[in-house]
Amino acid sequence: MPIWLVVLVKSGILLFVVITTFAYAMLAERKVMGWMQLRPGPNRVGPWGLLQPAADAAKLMLKEDLMPRTADPLIYRLAPFLSLLTAFSVYAIIPFGASSAGTWAIGNVNAGVLFLLAITSLGVYGISLGGWASGSKYPLLGSVRATAQMISYELAMGLSFIGVLILAGTTSLDGIVNAQQRLWFFIPQFVAFVVYVITAVAETNRSPFDLVEAETELVAGFHTEYSGLRFGLFFIAEYVNMLTVSCIASLLFLGGWNAPFGWTWVPGIVWFLLKVGFFMFFYIWLRSTLPRFRYDRLMAFGWKVLLPIATLNLLVTAVVVAVWS
Amino acid sequence: MAMHKHLYNVGAILKGLSITLGMMFKRKPTIPYPSIRKQHAPRFHGLHELRRYDDGKERCIGCELCSIACPANAITVIGAENTPEDRHSPGERYAARYEIDELRCIFCGMCEEACPTDAIVLTPRFEMSDYRRGAFIYGKDRLLVPPEGGVGSPPDERPGGIPADLGGVAQTKSTTDVASGYDATFNGAKLKTERKGLAG
Repeated sequence: MPIWLVVLVKSGILLFVVITTFAYAMLAERKVMGWMQLRPGPNRVGPWGLLQPAADAAKLMLKEDLMPRTADPLIYRLAPFLSLLTAFSVYAIIPFGASSAGTWAIGNVNAGVLFLLAITSLGVYGISLGGWASGSKYPLLGSVRATAQMISYELAMGLSFIGVLILAGTTSLDGIVNAQQRLWFFIPQFVAFVVYVITAVAETNRSPFDLVEAETELVAGFHTEYSGLRFGLFFIAEYVNMLTVSCIASLLFLGGWNAPFGWTWVPGIVWFLLKVGFFMFFYIWLRSTLPRFRYDRLMAFGWKVLLPIATLNLLVTAVVVAVWS
Repeated sequence: MAMHKHLYNVGAILKGLSITLGMMFKRKPTIPYPSIRKQHAPRFHGLHELRRYDDGKERCIGCELCSIACPANAITVIGAENTPEDRHSPGERYAARYEIDELRCIFCGMCEEACPTDAIVLTPRFEMSDYRRGAFIYGKDRLLVPPEGGVGSPPDERPGGIPADLGGVAQTKSTTDVASGYDATFNGAKLKTERKGLAG
């Protein structure tokens, strides 16, 4: 098969998988949050509420696509697609299994982590532009918050990556996972792991860092004016981003497809998906537990706590590795 | 940097996480309403009913006391004289028209108390939603128990109610079930009677 066809087929499969995962992540979120709030969660559509995503999709598609008169039409219409595009393009390089095993990633980029950082940072453009182009005050405030939040958390996140990169000695995701065959990096890099998990929540604008949408203050933040399928695209992008950062956490800190306790009789993909699933659950768990941060505290936390800790961790790691080798 | 304060916060967050995780596995107090119904209070104030005597005669004598007692002005009664050929109630008069606007009604039960013949009562029925406003004006066609209607007890003789000697009301036709105080015409769903595990 020609290489472009292989890539196309893989992309098609991955797109389907990711969209389906999004649909059921959404259902799982509503179910789990319901349980944690002593409710049964959605259970009317289909057995156990399993057809709820289909009902939601139908609803979003049939809704009217509204645009405020003051909006910038081109950017307003483009922003959701931008959000979705960046959310999906990360999956071009995320490996779901070892490259030695063959076909588990669309592309194996040797500067994978850099690509990841670059693309995930672009994701904020969809939110920023969408809020800006709405021509209305709450979305504008939401998008301003998104930008500021992105800058303050991106730095700590990047620094938390570097500790892992120093230990692995490579920036390829495949190489990083292979370097964790003996010891998963969340043990030697525990501080970086904690910093990453916190910044990842902030990066995807999820509760308790969901100041971008902040219902109590900003109506719905950046997507206040969006309706129908365009709102749906933002929605998909948010969940796909959640999935992305969960994948990255598993790859960088939890050993990706490496089996724990030497249980290699279970296929690597299962371990990988279990780890990703745990992080997705953790997100939901966090959302149903913690109240939203105040904005100034979010900023202070990012700059005054996470950034120094991440820097310190990087320094210690660098010194230890230099002395060791 | 006041690290100890942040560490304290970490402890608080972990505690919060453990609470929500614990809640996740608790039994849920939700009753899946249309398929399982909760037993409500025996003297629940719901939709009205105009009852009949055992021989099929209407109890209502068209005195309009309910209409006067009604704090929401929801009841309209227009009385008429009974004639030997056209006899509706045992007394001299009967209600030619009897209308309750259920959207105005506050279900206080004052009409029930005002009624000298125990004709108007509040049943425990509460599912009256409709798409049209006009549908909430209940006339005699819907308020009056059908002549062959079920046997039931007046509100004062439902379980938990205050027994009252009202002269033969126990033989009154009503659609309220004697034993449960529940709507006797409804037999589609299971009734959730036990209250264990219910919050609040």
